[in-house]
Amino acid sequence: MIAAQALTDMAPGFADLALDAQRTFRRLMDSMAKPGRVTDLDVLVSPPVPGFEAAGAIALALLDFETPVWFPDDADGRRLANWVRFHCGCPVTTDPAAAAFALAGPHNVPQIDHFNAGDAKYPERSTTLLIVCPALVGGAAIDLTGPGIAEPLSIAPAGLSAAFWGAVAQDRARFQLGVDLVLTCGTQIVGLPRSTRISPSSAKGK
Amino acid sequence: MAESEMQQGQEVVEARQRAHALVARNPQETVRALFESLPDLPATQRLRPSETGLIMVRGRIGGDGARFNLGEMPVARATMQIANGTVGVGYVIGRDHDHAELAALADAMVQDPAWRDVLEQHILVPLAEQQAAREALEARKAAATKVEFFTMVRNRGPK
Repeated sequence: MIAAQALTDMAPGFADLALDAQRTFRRLMDSMAKPGRVTDLDVLVSPPVPGFEAAGAIALALLDFETPVWFPDDADGRRLANWVRFHCGCPVTTDPAAAAFALAGPHNVPQIDHFNAGDAKYPERSTTLLIVCPALVGGAAIDLTGPGIAEPLSIAPAGLSAAFWGAVAQDRARFQLGVDLVLTCGTQIVGLPRSTRISPSSAKGK
Repeated sequence: MAESEMQQGQEVVEARQRAHALVARNPQETVRALFESLPDLPATQRLRPSETGLIMVRGRIGGDGARFNLGEMPVARATMQIANGTVGVGYVIGRDHDHAELAALADAMVQDPAWRDVLEQHILVPLAEQQAAREALEARKAAATKVEFFTMVRNRGPK
């Protein structure tokens, strides 16, 4: 009976299963190769929670039965979990350390260091964290350096606290371990892989 | 109140089980022809497009022995939503995506009071009749090959 109730407000996934998933994968890969650039996924999915379009599309493209996913334990998190589980058949976990992926809004991201940072033998087993921001511009500016960034680059996503960025900087200090971040808003994404070093912007005085 | 609601829920479950069994156990062509003969069908949306997978069939010797894995079997499944939001799921043996979608459509219609009677009258009843006829034919063919064993009593006469 639980499954029957869960189906009543179910939303569809990709319109074209293969092509939309491939397009999403390609754009996500490009965005991880060029950290800090805003990429539009340009796919039509309508997850049950508005604002999660890009995060939902990435989830549909990447998740399967081998990737435990973490969602915040609130009403929106449960609706998203229900939707993603229906389309991807992935296990949903309440333990951030066991998650291969995590989807969250800016208000309910747990401590970054609660997630899996991988281990020395298998650094790729770390969590990939998809965070939905209210906007990708207008917040506090963050300077980015690292592979894939030729020119000085800064981003200013809204809704993320200084404490959050401090925790990310700490996480980046233990490269090659660490979580990979993807910031999303609507259908746009910004990739921040663990190789990208971040610092609060020094450009304010300019 | 709660009891009558539960009873009603039970009735819906039984109606869905019957529709599932009838659509899944009849050939896709038969089911499709019946659906196409309807003057009108609900508007549908593919919630999860049809896909095929494998399920493990388990058996027990004699019905009460230890469970064992008999083998894997292909299954097609689909999830469809009809115009008023009712969601139906269909699972059929084999790899026929259209068959799975028809099963899902039937499952959605049986849950929707506006379509239940149409489905019952124009699809489920004919399917039940055809299935009964097919099974009777198979039973007759099998019966024709029945061999009666009997022991001949040899009458040994005096030498």
